[in-house]
Amino acid sequence: MASNIKNNKWMPFLVPLLAVVFSLVIAAIIIILIGENPITAYIEMFKGAVGSQLSWADNITKMTSLLLTGLAVGFGFRAGVFNIGAEGQMAVGGIMAVFVGINMGNVPAVIAIPLTLAAGIVGGAIWASIAGFLKAKTGAHEVISTIMLNWVAYHLSNYLVAGPLAVGQGVPKSPEIAQSAQLPPLITVQASTVPSGILIALVAAVIVYIILQKTTLGYELKAVGYNPYAAEYGGISISKNIVLTMGISGGLAGLAGAVEVMGVYHRIFGAFTGDRGFDGITIALIGQNNPIGIIFSAFLISSLRAGSNSMQSVGIPDDIVTIIQGIIILFVAGNRIIKTLIVKMQKNQKPSLEGGEDK
Amino acid sequence: MSWIQAIFESLTSPLFYKLTILSALPLVFAAIGGVFTEKTGVVNIALEGIIKMGAFSSIAFTYATGNIWIGLLAGIISGMILAGIHAYFSIEWAANQIVSATAIIILAQGIVGFLMEPVFGQQGQSDFVSKIPNVRIDFIREIPFIGDIFGNISLFFYIAIGVIIGSWFLIYKTPLGLRMRAVGENPKAADTLGISVKGIRYFGVVMSGVMASLGGIYLALGDLGQFQEEMPAGKGFIALAAMILGNWNPIGAMWAALLFGASEAMNIQLQTLLELPSAAKALLNLLPFVLTLIVVGGFVGKTRPPAASGEPYEKE
Repeated sequence: MASNIKNNKWMPFLVPLLAVVFSLVIAAIIIILIGENPITAYIEMFKGAVGSQLSWADNITKMTSLLLTGLAVGFGFRAGVFNIGAEGQMAVGGIMAVFVGINMGNVPAVIAIPLTLAAGIVGGAIWASIAGFLKAKTGAHEVISTIMLNWVAYHLSNYLVAGPLAVGQGVPKSPEIAQSAQLPPLITVQASTVPSGILIALVAAVIVYIILQKTTLGYELKAVGYNPYAAEYGGISISKNIVLTMGISGGLAGLAGAVEVMGVYHRIFGAFTGDRGFDGITIALIGQNNPIGIIFSAFLISSLRAGSNSMQSVGIPDDIVTIIQGIIILFVAGNRIIKTLIVKMQKNQKPSLEGGEDK
Repeated sequence: MSWIQAIFESLTSPLFYKLTILSALPLVFAAIGGVFTEKTGVVNIALEGIIKMGAFSSIAFTYATGNIWIGLLAGIISGMILAGIHAYFSIEWAANQIVSATAIIILAQGIVGFLMEPVFGQQGQSDFVSKIPNVRIDFIREIPFIGDIFGNISLFFYIAIGVIIGSWFLIYKTPLGLRMRAVGENPKAADTLGISVKGIRYFGVVMSGVMASLGGIYLALGDLGQFQEEMPAGKGFIALAAMILGNWNPIGAMWAALLFGASEAMNIQLQTLLELPSAAKALLNLLPFVLTLIVVGGFVGKTRPPAASGEPYEKE
């Protein structure tokens, strides 16, 4: 099977692209099944995602934390670790940002903002390192341990907003962080703003790219991810690299929580992470775990998320986006289906197809 | 009431033991599902999604037809379909099994969320439907203490007993079980002996769908008579931990599930007895997850998974 799949330089782009196309087609069929018109639905979605200045503002705000959780999961994948716990690490990052942020009243923004961001990074990194440490020491699979840590983080934040940090009436929530610890808006569109967090997220993507491509650390991490036994034989400590990978991955997810708190909500409440951590898995897989690819896939998913709100106005539950994500992941996991399909198409019509020149 | 008093009162009441068993039921089913699939060499971490789908379908079909047995059947079939998709991608296309199963979890969450409004007309939870009845046995009811636990208990308790014994017998005492274990330990050797590796693996994965969906059906149709969107709240992953702690053996999985069930029962009991503020309740809810984390961290490596678990098999 593997031998008849040709090495095609377009494969890394075609596989996720076709996975997205297939999932949109299947979702269209589902929309028809509940008696709605998929074309109107997708037009609404498109409008909701990029149709107006307001929707761009919403989209970019959503993209910020998604880019960071995507980077978190993707970085883990590159080093052979499946960090399914970005959700919990993001929560802990947000919690830490609140703890530091509410105490920044008399501190100027130049100090308050980096300090609050750092708190988020450290929080997420420590949270993820627990799973990394368990995997390195006892072999506990990171999928189970990070999921458990997600639940612990979820109940912990529920505890904090109902108890020690509780303010006001209604939905349990924490107090707002100090003005000086809030991220200033980048652009203001009518009532809504694009927080400057997107710049932080983009810088993070470039840094992750440099770590992976240009440093010895990145080389070692990728070696462990590619073939742990060979890496160990070559003198690389697997345990050290697993803890380090989880630390960096969790730090990125924690940063997502901090940026969300500092730029959007200015506080935490029960489930403020809103499944962004899980979206990170889809984003990493569509972006083929490449930091630059993840920038684009984060934008794709934030567009789907932003657009799904408008789709609800024409009677389609926004969970359709979750279904679309599930199908995308399924096809990325079973990427051989798509590769086989591409090879077949190339055989049928060789000269015309994109990538056909690549023999 | 002090903490010590509350713990003591729980441990001496039959209710605690009944709650332990009932909390363990969904875990027992799902963990044995995990045993089935991993014995044949396919990892299925999608138990969480399958439990959810089973719970949802069982209530949806009971709601639509008014017949709990159709609900039960629909729940099982929905689990088989989801597991079947995972099996197809893992077995036919050598998909990364962890990623494929993650897709199944997300897919299940999406489908259920998507259908809540069209099926039940509301988000969050369904209306109440009739439950699968308890089994009352009068002579057991008259036994002191024991009678309070087993005298009037869910039908799923008896189904679970059957599943535990039946699956243990199937896996360790029948030719089919021997083939399953052979495929999970050394698929190449099994293939050489003429065993259909694909066929056995399909059987294992689809059985995990049957089992995990039973766990979900118990939660919805057996226990509550309602579907709630937050079901099963991590139970699929706790079941995976029970499978590991139980050393990939149905009976071991049962004991492990009872341990996790006990922590859940203690959580419920303490919350009722201690009249705690909501913040402290949130902290108590941590108990089962922390325990799972400790167990997974402390026992992995002391038990051993089937050798070829998680490895795609391809003929050369």
